[in-house]
Amino acid sequence: MTTAPAQAGWRFKQPSVIPGFGLTLGFSLAYLTLIILIPLSGLIWRSAALGWTDFWAIATDRRTLNALEISFGTAFIAAVVNVVFGTLVAWVLVRYRFPGRRIVDAMVDLPFALPTAVAGIALTTLYAPNGWIGKLLMPLGLKVAYTPLGIVIALVFIGLPFVVRTVQPIMEEIDKEVEEAAATLGASRFQIITRVLFPGLAPAIITGFSLAFARGVGEYGSVIFIAGNLPYKSEIAPLLIVIRLEEYNYPAATAIAAIMLALSFVMLLVVNLVQTWSRKRYG
Amino acid sequence: MADPEIKSYEPYHESRSAAVTESRPAQAVLMAIAFAFLGIFLLLPLIIVFHEALAKGVGAYTQALGEPDARSAIRLTLLVAAISVPLNVVFGISAAWAIAKFEFKGKAFLTTLIDLPFSVSPVISGLVYVLLFGAQGLLGEWLKGHGIQILFAVPGIVLATVFVTFPFVARELIPLMQEQGNGDEEAALSLGANGWQTFWYVTLPNVKWGLLYGVLLCNARAMGEFGAVSVVSGHIRGLTNTMPLHVEILYNEYNAVGAFAVASLLAGLALVTLVLKTLLEMRYGAELAATRGH
Repeated sequence: MTTAPAQAGWRFKQPSVIPGFGLTLGFSLAYLTLIILIPLSGLIWRSAALGWTDFWAIATDRRTLNALEISFGTAFIAAVVNVVFGTLVAWVLVRYRFPGRRIVDAMVDLPFALPTAVAGIALTTLYAPNGWIGKLLMPLGLKVAYTPLGIVIALVFIGLPFVVRTVQPIMEEIDKEVEEAAATLGASRFQIITRVLFPGLAPAIITGFSLAFARGVGEYGSVIFIAGNLPYKSEIAPLLIVIRLEEYNYPAATAIAAIMLALSFVMLLVVNLVQTWSRKRYG
Repeated sequence: MADPEIKSYEPYHESRSAAVTESRPAQAVLMAIAFAFLGIFLLLPLIIVFHEALAKGVGAYTQALGEPDARSAIRLTLLVAAISVPLNVVFGISAAWAIAKFEFKGKAFLTTLIDLPFSVSPVISGLVYVLLFGAQGLLGEWLKGHGIQILFAVPGIVLATVFVTFPFVARELIPLMQEQGNGDEEAALSLGANGWQTFWYVTLPNVKWGLLYGVLLCNARAMGEFGAVSVVSGHIRGLTNTMPLHVEILYNEYNAVGAFAVASLLAGLALVTLVLKTLLEMRYGAELAATRGH
């Protein structure tokens, strides 16, 4: 531990010969405040103005609870699916060489680039009872479109790149020597993967999971087409906000939004903690 | 594929002894599962967009895109992107300059705030402006009194788009400029360049590919945003309908060809974005922050 020189005192900014600090920071803060902070605090202010009893009544309304449960439940399942397949895809992209690897690698980002409404109608058309995939699943008694399973499918699509892009760079950095050392010491391939490789990848996998989960909870465009949107059954929380808004029920829309925001904020915090922890542990 | 890029990886692969890689059959199985998953979840949705758009022939496709409502949706989407992307570019450069070139208290907190829109549901991004500018909103009465229309009009759509695309340019430029350090700028300044010249002739050329990368992603999201824009737009045909909103309207009217025709333009935009992004990463990977896993 070093102590700062006493004469330096508290200083907002370290001295620098580079100009433009006041201008750029001032502009950035003003823009951030106008576009993001004031509108968001408006939301918090409005939900605080509701009062505890009203807020609690909206929050514990069965339709609200069901919508939140569906949003968080389907996002959780989709994130788990993405952890399994996203990690596998990252592994294949990092470890194996095959023709067209670059194209496959680029395609992983498709859900980032494809507008959510386009993804929504495309997936719905595929999984509808008469669609290319829906037709094959019908004889198995599996109905995907217009059920919560459809929501999971849409969220798997949306969340995949989050897991792959978080895990992939960490996988690339693994030293071959570590695996070789383990092999020399008599570890089987399975032991090397589960005991040597996986612990190093776990923080990245958890981060990828949280990112995919957080994105899935708030997702709207790709889900509303395939979900069927039955209240209490396949209605997601963001859709309920929109419905309340269309009914001019601003307090309910605000309260549901505030709950979602609070939950996402907690998740963001967890992601940051995990990242700090993984950086400390695995440098 | 006779790609020299792939060849150069070969020794790395050969040097892996059996103990540190999977057996050939296991590799084949893992690759088959991964490809099947990607094929079903990524490739099929993309194919079906173009398949459905052309289901009734090229004539019906071009006719659907020639509809006045479709044309006005395309125009509005281009207009909204043309306003919101430059706004976020100016912000991104400005924030990156302040954060990367200087040390000041609360820097980490500011960086976290910039990423905030990514963790907010798009619907909430639209809702906050409704609460602010709507009839029951905080500024609703005042705006009505002065005859200013923000909600259900272009300004509201632009604001919602700016909100959701806010972090793209900044989060690409900040780590890149932090990595490059201040050496070049200090040299320029000591040789007598003023601040503006230093930025224009030294900093900007250093970050141009990273900037382009950020603009690319920002633009793709700006043109494709659905949730936030849907909440503030009011869905007035021919006036406040962007392309993604028009896709929804046509789809709900069971006009599949029309919906997928407009969707195919957006899918085309996504493909162009991916190709340009990949080219940038291949050619200028060393000059991008995003390719280094930040």
